[in-house]
Amino acid sequence: MPEASVSSETPAGAAHVGSPLLDIQDLKTYFHTDDGTVKAVDGVSFQAWPGETVGIVGESGCGKSVTALSIMRLLPMPPGKIEGGSILFDGEDLVTASPARMRQIRGGKIGMIFQEPMTSLNPVFTVGNQIEEAVRLHLHLRGKEARDHAIDMLAKVGIPSPEARVDEYPHQMSGGMRQRVMIAMALSCHPKLLIADEPTTALDVTIQAQILELIRSLQSELGMAVQMITHDLGVIAETAHRVVVMYASKVVEMADVKELFGRPRHPYTRGLFRSIPAITGGHDRLQTIEGTVPNPLEFPSGCKFHPRCTFATDHCTKHEPELLDLGEGHLSACWLTDPSGPMYDPEKVS
Amino acid sequence: MSGNGDLLVVRNLKKYFPIRKGVFSRVVAQVKAVDNVSFHIDRGETLGLVGESGCGKTTLGRAILRLIEPSAGEIAFDGVDVLSLKGAAMRRMRRRMQIIFQDPYSSLNPRMTVLDIVGEALHVHGIARGREREERVKQLLERVGLASRYVNRYPHEFSGGQRQRIGVARALALNPSFIVADEAVSALDVSIQAQVINLLVDLREEFGLSYLFIAHDLSVVRHISDRIAVMYLGEIVETAGSDDLFDRPLHPYTEALLSAVPVADPTRERARIVLTGDVPTPIDPPSGCHFHPRCPLVEKICSEVPPGVTDAQNGHTFRCHVVARQFPDEATTPVESAAP
Repeated sequence: MPEASVSSETPAGAAHVGSPLLDIQDLKTYFHTDDGTVKAVDGVSFQAWPGETVGIVGESGCGKSVTALSIMRLLPMPPGKIEGGSILFDGEDLVTASPARMRQIRGGKIGMIFQEPMTSLNPVFTVGNQIEEAVRLHLHLRGKEARDHAIDMLAKVGIPSPEARVDEYPHQMSGGMRQRVMIAMALSCHPKLLIADEPTTALDVTIQAQILELIRSLQSELGMAVQMITHDLGVIAETAHRVVVMYASKVVEMADVKELFGRPRHPYTRGLFRSIPAITGGHDRLQTIEGTVPNPLEFPSGCKFHPRCTFATDHCTKHEPELLDLGEGHLSACWLTDPSGPMYDPEKVS
Repeated sequence: MSGNGDLLVVRNLKKYFPIRKGVFSRVVAQVKAVDNVSFHIDRGETLGLVGESGCGKTTLGRAILRLIEPSAGEIAFDGVDVLSLKGAAMRRMRRRMQIIFQDPYSSLNPRMTVLDIVGEALHVHGIARGREREERVKQLLERVGLASRYVNRYPHEFSGGQRQRIGVARALALNPSFIVADEAVSALDVSIQAQVINLLVDLREEFGLSYLFIAHDLSVVRHISDRIAVMYLGEIVETAGSDDLFDRPLHPYTEALLSAVPVADPTRERARIVLTGDVPTPIDPPSGCHFHPRCPLVEKICSEVPPGVTDAQNGHTFRCHVVARQFPDEATTPVESAAP
């Protein structure tokens, strides 16, 4: 029986030696629309070290995908605009990089996998053509060399008979196979950072297990950093080393994966954990977070989570909490966990 | 087959879609979307139906309501043979069987107000008109957690979770006893999903509803279901009580499916069975046991003979040649005479 052990052994990068590969500081990405300014990413900071998987989790509209698109500079501009902050990647600020430089980095040093493998592949070119395009541009391979490289990559991502499938079109493949092609394409130029935006959301669980296993093994082989964006806490638990929780365009909590799942501190994170049914059983009523994610055009004042928070007080409605380090790299943005704040009461959220 | 509690009994249901080609539209092949499926649902019971995309679970749900006409088989709802009903009689039957769809965006007509969406069935079935209808719709909205003042709004004015509540209200409008929930919470965010699941559970208690709960998220299915049926390529390969299925999966496909689910616990280490390959096409399914090309336990017999139904006690049944050997011979009903 083919068995693969699912473990989250500490990667080389988890000790955080040296400087981070990706260092995002106070990133602000806004969309200027006719109805007003949407602050899609509002002061987000986090880092990723080589070999590390950083999970970014949050509900739809929380800004997790816009963060990824900002790193790749793939935002529609206008209406989108990076209004502030910096994205240091391998010592270079991507916010100020020229479009020509970004074209070299995109697909070269940073690879990206999107959620929907059907719409992100070009239907009129063979998958081989599409992988070869990337390696021609970034690795300067030509002709047979490029084709052989494409076949190698298809073999590496576990596509059976790659010599034949390299000449197939995306519609001839299943969803899982297309996602493998996307991964082959993203990894074809040996990126240092792979951004995976909901890479398995459109796939069945058995195929999801194959794809996550594949990303994990390629990561340890190639030593790249992975930014895993998902709403699925199970996927996060199984892939990430460190987790960033986003809510309403901000980071509300950040910690090592075991610490975060074992001792979540922010009321939003705690609510999220309680609202998923456990696969291990139990038919108790699910706890829910009341209300819905706020409209980004009219975010609430103070802490943006306060209208849905059971602990909210007057103070929360007026003042926005800061993202503070509670020790050992566990950060939380909540007045209850702010030792110098007037509401400090960590017992309530532990 | 259980006793008098049955609300719905499905026997040997088939839905084949013909593939036509050429000038004379000759039938060249059949897509066997649902192939010889039998199961039952008791009053007040929730049967979860799981399986990968393309396994036929949505077709099965729609065939039961005759939204898609089944090719063969029997459906008995509360003792009535549903497939023999015609015209007005079928319409009356539909009052008792409703469906909630997956996509809260495409399943609501954007040009209709909530009053018309939820109240349409009341009008069609001549149950309530005018003020009375509006009052009834307002009650339904309140019941599913929406303010009754929203009655004249249009779908685009609601969030995904609210739209799904409208879909639930529409399904409830005719006081049904059975609802097919086809991936009813799959498109929703985690925190909203929990709200809608709780709503479905409350309504089940309050109105004594039975659900066929179709979903691919196994933790959600386990949470809401009393029993679970696992489908693979048009066939049900295993049925069991929901805790029993998770604690003691007998079919190798169920075992692989359960082990593939990512668990929100980073400290948990476990052996995962990674299945190779994709679900084969239902146009020309593999011979014998449909699962044999991907099965870790495969033997010679698996590609030759379709496995019969083995009864593993307590309503736990499965179809696998290899695992069946752990049980006495008489527990297995060969496929030719396989009764549900």
